[in-house]
Formats: sequence, C-alpha cells, structure tokens
Amino acid sequence: MTGTGTTVLAAQAHGFLSPTGVEVVFLLVGLVTLGAAVVTVTTKQLVHAALWLVVALGGLAVEYLLLTAEFIAWVQVLIYVGSVVVLLLFGLMLTKAPIGRSPDADSGNRWAALGVAVAAAAALVWVVADAFRTTWIGLDGDAPQGTTKVSGEILFRHWVLPFEALSVLLLAALVGAIVLSRKRGKEEKR
Amino acid sequence: MSDTLDVVLRLLAVFVVFLVLPLVIGQTEHKVMAHMQGRLGPMYAGGFHGWAQLVADGVKFAQKEDIVPAGADRRVFQLAPAVALLPYLLVLVAIPVGPGNEVGQAVDAGIFFVLAVMGVGVLGSLMAGWASANKFSLLGGLRTAAQLMAYELPMVLAAASVAMAAGTVSLPGIVDAFHWWWVPWQLVGAVVFFVAGLAELQRPPFDMPVADSEIIFGAYTEYTGLRFALFLLSEYAGIVVLCGLTTVLFLGGWHGPFGADGLGWVWTLLKAAVLAFVVIWLRVTYPRLREDQLQKLAWTVLIPLALAQIALTGVVKVVTQ
Repeated sequence: MTGTGTTVLAAQAHGFLSPTGVEVVFLLVGLVTLGAAVVTVTTKQLVHAALWLVVALGGLAVEYLLLTAEFIAWVQVLIYVGSVVVLLLFGLMLTKAPIGRSPDADSGNRWAALGVAVAAAAALVWVVADAFRTTWIGLDGDAPQGTTKVSGEILFRHWVLPFEALSVLLLAALVGAIVLSRKRGKEEKR
Repeated sequence: MSDTLDVVLRLLAVFVVFLVLPLVIGQTEHKVMAHMQGRLGPMYAGGFHGWAQLVADGVKFAQKEDIVPAGADRRVFQLAPAVALLPYLLVLVAIPVGPGNEVGQAVDAGIFFVLAVMGVGVLGSLMAGWASANKFSLLGGLRTAAQLMAYELPMVLAAASVAMAAGTVSLPGIVDAFHWWWVPWQLVGAVVFFVAGLAELQRPPFDMPVADSEIIFGAYTEYTGLRFALFLLSEYAGIVVLCGLTTVLFLGGWHGPFGADGLGWVWTLLKAAVLAFVVIWLRVTYPRLREDQLQKLAWTVLIPLALAQIALTGVVKVVTQ
C-alpha cells in the first residue's frame, strides 16, 4: 500500500511543466535519434545510411542509460552497433557501395513502407501510453529498476518461458542458415 | 573533497594515463623488437638509447601534410581516426587499477560496457577503409569486418565465463572475488580472451587486415600525418586496454601472489606490463596467419574452447556451492 501511495505522491510532484534535467536530456537525445533514423531511410548515400543508423542505435542506448537500464544499454551497443552494423557495412563493402549518391537507391515501395512505419509507431505508442497512463516510476529511488541484478532476476524468474522460446527460435534460424548455405555448396559441386 | 572536483580529477588522471601508457608501449616495442632481432634501432635521438626518438616521430607526424584523396568521402574519411581512438579512452575509464575506488568510474555492468565500447572502435577502420576510395583500403576494411565478427564471439564467451565464476559483471567486483585457484580454473578462457583480443586489435600474427606485403596498409593506406598517427596510437591504446582487461579479469588485478596484496595498483600495472611484453614478443616471433587460417582458428578452435570453459565454470560453480 505504501508503495502505491508513494507512486501517487510522486506522480503529483512531477508535473509535465517542470521537467528535470534528465527529462530534458531524454527528450533532446530522442529528437537526435529520430532525426538520425529519418536521415537513415532518406539519404541516397548507402554507407552514410549505415553510419546514421549507428547514431540512431547509439542514441537509443543513451536513452536506456538515462532510464538507468545500464545492462540493456551496453547490450544494445554490443549487439547492434558492434555486430549488426559491422555486418551491414561488410555487406555494403562486398557490393562495392559507391562514394557519393546512388541514383538507383530508391524504392517504389516507399509509400507503403511509410504507411507500415506510421501504423507500427502508432500501435506501439498507443500500447505503451495505455499500459502505463499516469504511472510514475521513480528511477533514483532505493530500488533501482534497471541494474543487471534486477534485469536478470526478472528475466529468469518471470519471463523464463518466453526467453527459452526465443532461444529455440534463434537456434532454428541458425540451423536454417547453415542448411541453406550447405545446399548451395552441393549444387555448385555438380 | 567535493564531488565535482573528484570526478574531474579522476577523468584527468584517466586522460593522462591514456596519453602516457600507449607511448610507453610504443617505445618499449621499438626497443624490444630491436633487441630480439639483434639490431640497434634508433640510438641517437636525445642521447641515452635514443629515448627521444618517439618525440621526434611525433613531431614528424605533426609536420606532414594532411591529405584527403580527391575521390574520398571527405567527412567520413576525416572522422574515422577519432572513431577508432575514442572508444579506448572510454574503456580506460572503467578499468579498475587498485582496491576500493581506484577506478576512473565504476560501471555496474562493467564487462559489457568494456566489450561493447571496444567493438565500436572497429567502426573507425571500416569507415576509413570505405571512405578512402582505394581498393586496398576497401580490402583492408573487409578483412577487418570479417575478423571482428569472428573474434567478438569467443571474446564475449570467455568474459562471460569469468562473470559466472565471480557471480557479478562489475569489474571491481570480479577482482574482489578472485582467488589464486582461478588462474588454473580459468586458464583456457584467459588464453581465448587474450588471443581474441589480439585479433580484434589486428596485432601480429593476426594483422591480415593491414598486411603490408599484400594490401599496403589496409584501411589506413591513404592516411598521412596526424590522422595516421591517431590510428597507430589507437593500436597502442588497444594494447593497454587489452592487457589491463586480461589482468583484471583473469590474473587477479591488484592481488599479488601468495597473499602479497600490499602493493595494490602496482601489481595491476606490473601484470599488464608483462602481458604487453608478450604482445610485442608475439609480433616479432610469429608469422602472419592467412585469412582462411584466421577464420578457422576463431570458429573451430576458440569458440569451442570458450564454450568448454563456460561448461567447466558452470560445473565447478554448481559443485562447490
């Protein structure tokens, strides 16, 4: 009961009109992330798009940090910036992505893509806003929400089944990738 | 002492270490290589054993013209050295050198922070390789990317093994939990971590991405002057970071042998220095691995070894609990 009491009190104490420094920074970093993401999909220079993606993913990691979810932030950097973008750049280099604009870096699906993006964004914003409404989660209280310990306990106590299901899915994808690449090799030998 | 002053002093200390230690390793490399190859090396600059040669090299780099090739992507080309160097400065902040709070800034998920940020540095080489508009640079960039993808996994797995053993992912926490029998227990993981780290830094014998006899100097071919010096500096800063990390994770950091902990941070530096010597030693004594041997080593030797180490760690952990 005291827990809910303090949340309500905290929610009353934190209005939208008197933002703290962290909240201002959160908004600014969010704007930078959004800007970088928009440039990623609009620029005509392929490798620049990948580099702007680095900025967008890094901005997201900073947002996690500002929400005190340190572990998630570093994993974001390790997986996305350190591995996925490197893989992306590797692929772009294999295609000898030219320096300067690629005139054919355009897609007829751009309006459909925009529609899907807007619908997805609207759905996500609506779900998050509806789920939390005016709940206030204190970040610098006695019980930090995002430390490695807390994340680990929640992940392996409450979300074990989804976690294991996801790992099975990834394993299936991995095996599938190996099977596909081996098949191609046999055909070439014939 | 006020908090702000404390933070400023700590960051300043880390920055000074960042400026000094890579140069010390550079100088040591000159001398160690010269001795191992039975030659004198630069002996005149400054008098005693040519100690000022490094300063002279620095002045030479600063004087050279900063050239950007006409066909290059200007901004990416100029940004790349900074992207390669800065991550190592960030990593240095989180490496503890002594007990208590002798660390730039204690990070809760230290291991992940360190590994994540170290991986970002490679983006600098990739940007350099692509933006130079030179086929040798592009080949170097490709090899860099392939090498990173192969060696990132065993490195993370080996680090995960220590985190399991210690029951924490914070770097000071890991050293606090250290006992002498961790060295034999985690030996395989230590070797995997160190070898994968060498490969990530593109140090010989894993220097295929900059193999001078095939692709000139890989991604750095078109660079001159200070920007080239920054890439070289990032290599030495990488050695500092790798040796420091291996010390902290696998060799017990500030714990001395036989319970002699009194020296504190001196032990950390001493162990890191020995590892740095090994890095230089390997450069002089081992021939370069071919690209396919390089990939084979990562995927068929290091990753299975790292997984076996994790299994061993898990078994011992469960049995002793």
